[in-house]
Amino acid sequence: MVDTAAWMRGLAGGLMIGLAALSLLLFNGRIAGVSGVLGGALTGSMAGDRAWRWLFLVGLVVGALVYTLVAGRPVITAVPTSLGWTLIAGLLVGVGTRMGNGCTSGHGVCGLARFSGRSLVGTATFMLFGFVTVFVTRHLLGGL
Amino acid sequence: MRALIAVLVGMLFGFGLSLSGMTEPLRVLGFLDLAGQWDPTLGFVMGGALMVTLPGFWLARRRGRPILDSGFQLPTRRDLDRRLIIGTGLFGIGWGIAGFCPGPAIASLSSGLPMVLAFAAAMAVGMLVHDRLLNR
Repeated sequence: MVDTAAWMRGLAGGLMIGLAALSLLLFNGRIAGVSGVLGGALTGSMAGDRAWRWLFLVGLVVGALVYTLVAGRPVITAVPTSLGWTLIAGLLVGVGTRMGNGCTSGHGVCGLARFSGRSLVGTATFMLFGFVTVFVTRHLLGGL
Repeated sequence: MRALIAVLVGMLFGFGLSLSGMTEPLRVLGFLDLAGQWDPTLGFVMGGALMVTLPGFWLARRRGRPILDSGFQLPTRRDLDRRLIIGTGLFGIGWGIAGFCPGPAIASLSSGLPMVLAFAAAMAVGMLVHDRLLNR
C-alpha cells in the first residue's frame, strides 16, 4: 500500500527523534537509548544517575499525550496480539535489550551514528530476527 | 538544568515517536512483514533520525564535552560477543511478535490501554530478571 502521507509523518517524526537524541548528547552527554535509560532507572547502580532517567521516561509519555491532544488522534489503535503473547514478547524484549545492551533507539539511532560496530551487528541482528519472526507468525502460523 | 533537558528531550522523543506512527504495532509489523504488504514507514523514521544524528553526533563530540556536563558517557566496548548476538536476537523475536520496542511501548502508556501496560510491565520484569539473575 502506497501511503506517502504516513511516510512523510514517519520522516518528520524521525527527524524529531534524531533531534531529541542529539540534544541529550549535546547538552547532557548521554545516549538516548530507551532500553538503557529504562534499565538504568529500574536497577540503577549509581544513585544520582536515576533521576534524569525517570524524567526522560515521564517526558516520553507526556510527549505522546501532547501529540494525542494536538493531532486529535490516538497514538495506538490496536494491539494485534493476545495477552499471553504480549507478555511473552515483553519478557523477550526486556531480557534481550539488556543482554544485547540496546534497542532500536540505542543501537539503531545512536549507535549507528557513532559508527559503532557492536550497534551495526546488533541492529542487523534484531532486524533479521524481527523479519523472520513476522514471517513465521504471519505466513507459516497464520497469525498469533 | 540537566533535569529540564531530560524532560524536554523525552517529550520531543515521545512526540516524534507518536507522529512517526511507530507507537502503532501494526505499522511496525507491516515493516517487518517482507512477504506481505510491505510498509516502509519505519525506514523513513530511521532515515530521518539518522539524518540528524549522523552529522550531529560527530559535531557534538568535536566539542570535547557536553554543554552541561564534564564529559560524554558513551559505550566503550568494541568486542562482538555472544551476549550481543543472543540479546539482540531475543529482542528481535519479541519485537516481531508484538510490534513493540521499548520507546514506543513507554510512549504508548499514554493511551491507558491495559495491553500496553501489560507489555511494559513484562518488559520491566524481563529487564530486572536479566540484571539480577542472568547478568553472568
